[in-house]
Amino acid sequence: MSSEQDHLKETDTEARFEFKKEQNAAVKSEKGLTEEVIRMISEDKDEPDWMLERRLRALKQYQNMPMPTDWPGQPDLTELDIEEIVPYIRPDVDKREGVDDWTELPDEIKDTFDKLGIPEAEKNALSGVGAQYESEVVYQNMQEQWEEKGVIFMNMDRAVQEHPEIVKEYFMTTCVPPSDNKFAALHGAVWSGGSFVYVPEGVTVNMPVQAYFRMNSEGMGQFEHTLIVAEEGSEVHYIEGCSAPKYGTHNLHSGGVEVFVGEDAHVQYSTVQNWSKNTFNLNTKRAIVEANGTMEWVSGSMGSKATMLYPCSILKGRGATDTHITIAFAGEGQDIDTGAKVYHNAPETSSTIESKSISKDGGRTNYRGLVHIADGAENSSTAVECDALMFDNESTSDTMPYMEIEESKVDVAHEATVGKIGDEDIFYLQSRGLDDDDAKKMIVAGFIEPITEELPIEYAVELNRLIELEMEGSLG
Amino acid sequence: MARLELSNLHAEVAEGDEKILEGVNLEVESGEIHALMGPNGSGKSTTAKVIAGHPAYEVTEGEVLLHLEEDEFGDEVEIDEDQRTWNLLELEPNERAALGIFLGFQYPAEIDGVTMTNFLRTALNAKIEEREELFEGEEGDDEEEADEGFETSPMEGPADEGEVGVAEFQEILQEKMEALDMDERFAQRYLNAGFSGGEKKQNEVLQAAILEPSIAVLDEIDSGLDIDRLQDVSAGINALRDEQGTGILQITHYQRILDYVEPDHVHVMLDGQIAKSGDASLAAELEDKGYDWVREEVYGTA
Repeated sequence: MSSEQDHLKETDTEARFEFKKEQNAAVKSEKGLTEEVIRMISEDKDEPDWMLERRLRALKQYQNMPMPTDWPGQPDLTELDIEEIVPYIRPDVDKREGVDDWTELPDEIKDTFDKLGIPEAEKNALSGVGAQYESEVVYQNMQEQWEEKGVIFMNMDRAVQEHPEIVKEYFMTTCVPPSDNKFAALHGAVWSGGSFVYVPEGVTVNMPVQAYFRMNSEGMGQFEHTLIVAEEGSEVHYIEGCSAPKYGTHNLHSGGVEVFVGEDAHVQYSTVQNWSKNTFNLNTKRAIVEANGTMEWVSGSMGSKATMLYPCSILKGRGATDTHITIAFAGEGQDIDTGAKVYHNAPETSSTIESKSISKDGGRTNYRGLVHIADGAENSSTAVECDALMFDNESTSDTMPYMEIEESKVDVAHEATVGKIGDEDIFYLQSRGLDDDDAKKMIVAGFIEPITEELPIEYAVELNRLIELEMEGSLG
Repeated sequence: MARLELSNLHAEVAEGDEKILEGVNLEVESGEIHALMGPNGSGKSTTAKVIAGHPAYEVTEGEVLLHLEEDEFGDEVEIDEDQRTWNLLELEPNERAALGIFLGFQYPAEIDGVTMTNFLRTALNAKIEEREELFEGEEGDDEEEADEGFETSPMEGPADEGEVGVAEFQEILQEKMEALDMDERFAQRYLNAGFSGGEKKQNEVLQAAILEPSIAVLDEIDSGLDIDRLQDVSAGINALRDEQGTGILQITHYQRILDYVEPDHVHVMLDGQIAKSGDASLAAELEDKGYDWVREEVYGTA
């Protein structure tokens, strides 16, 4: 064990790669992205031809697009060599209980699970004590209740097989086409796993749809695709429940999320993610919102070496509403570049963006946002608020809010604050009996409170704990 | 019983060498009310902050000692002979708080997102825990402690053994707030965020009432209060003394609050020293004549 540990501590990224591959190479593709590899993935999944064709088309687009390198202040991606990445690893079917995964997890991640404790099911799933079974039971019960109302909630791979007509229509067509950006194209070529949620007209799913159980069964979740279709007048809250660190063999996560919010429908998408510190986290998440629909994004971005993530809402119909609440935490050696994008393409649309970031020990956070109000989107309004909290003088935080306003009858507000955790604040809490660490934790917990109050209690607790762990520097 | 003893206390601003305290001598005992008066810049607030352990000040000479009698914390804590006197200057601010020092701030910090209830319960439990460590010795359980980590998470339900739980705390808080005539909605507001000046001062007294300090240093807790609020705050301070036996060092510019909180002793601070001490009548005299006569009397010059 100790030699593995030593191995992990090595800073040589390549060495770590090799190590992890050895540990998880049950079934895997060749390195690099070739047509053969894509065909192999599709075949392994027994996919219909149309999906294979989409993958191959995405691959071509990927090959023809340059890496993004010229954004002002963007995270450095030069260490990311996609040709060195094994794009697809399917865990051995017999081992889907995840026993091996747990024993092969790096200590830092196991420790994290131990400290987190919640959700127990997730930890047990990974430690192979049978919570996968527990999760399945929960899932089945929910499924029955939903099925009666016509709700579909399943693994994305299975949806391709069982609901091709819906998937065909929505999967990477109008919302996130592979042509959108280099990593969307990559995702379109190698995607695997994820969630499919379909809520029929007028149905309210009054408990959050939680997807944390799938983390284990998918094993390699780093190219997962989430597709949510909420028909007219429906309502659903989807939670991507992987607030505990996902273990990725690769150092690249490139997920795709597509949300279709019908007229008068309401979708909340919440995610609390914590990646291991060698991960490049480059995602595309987007929602299309019809008239009077509401889209709410709630996200906590933790971990990773570099994150570039800007969930986007396209307010397509009159009266559509968008809310973004995001939190980012960057520690030593981390560059967390997150924000939000909103396109107001119809009149009387409104958006609110609330971004909070915390940086510590030389970490960098950046809010990068775009609000576009199209000509003719009259009586629309947007309010953007960015707050940054820094622990020390080595850490940095930037704010890059872009506003493209083409319509004059609109209401636009932007507010940004940047502050260091105040010595006076800490002293005040210390004078009441809290030690230095607890005082800082309390200030940070208060700072992120607008996020935690939006989440179900167990996720809120978990987010708080993750941040406490980050602050103690106990997450590897 | 507890006794706070400042002897020959010299202090300067930590970054820079501006001397602020130049030999302060002062003793405050449980159950006593001392008023510390003096013009701006004479060192009153610095004295308060040095007692509480503010990192911006460096003590260059002198001592701040806290003597505790056996009955100080009731039956729950046994105070050994050799643990009855603590040199506060060697302790962290939170350790001083655990031993029963409370500083009421003139400008308390505003901590957004942290409810009063959450904050006060956390503080109370932190104090109980720290006190145990101080009196039972730190060695041994330290490592174990570090691993448990999160059992006192603010969002967590059941309390650990020895902790004040949520429901129990609600009762304590409610009772104390009623006594201070505070609106019950305070409990769910964020700590000092958006509080009026008067509400902040009231909140400081509430915190003292809940944390039950042996010695409370109240820094200009009367500033910016209207007459009604002044009476409320004063009643709260008197209750600290009368009901909990707290010793109070009341820092103030004005005689006004002393009409409601009658001091046993009044001290005048000038140029970083206690220039003159007396009984309550001294405060009245200061009100009439200002501070210059003290300066004249002490230094022979105005």
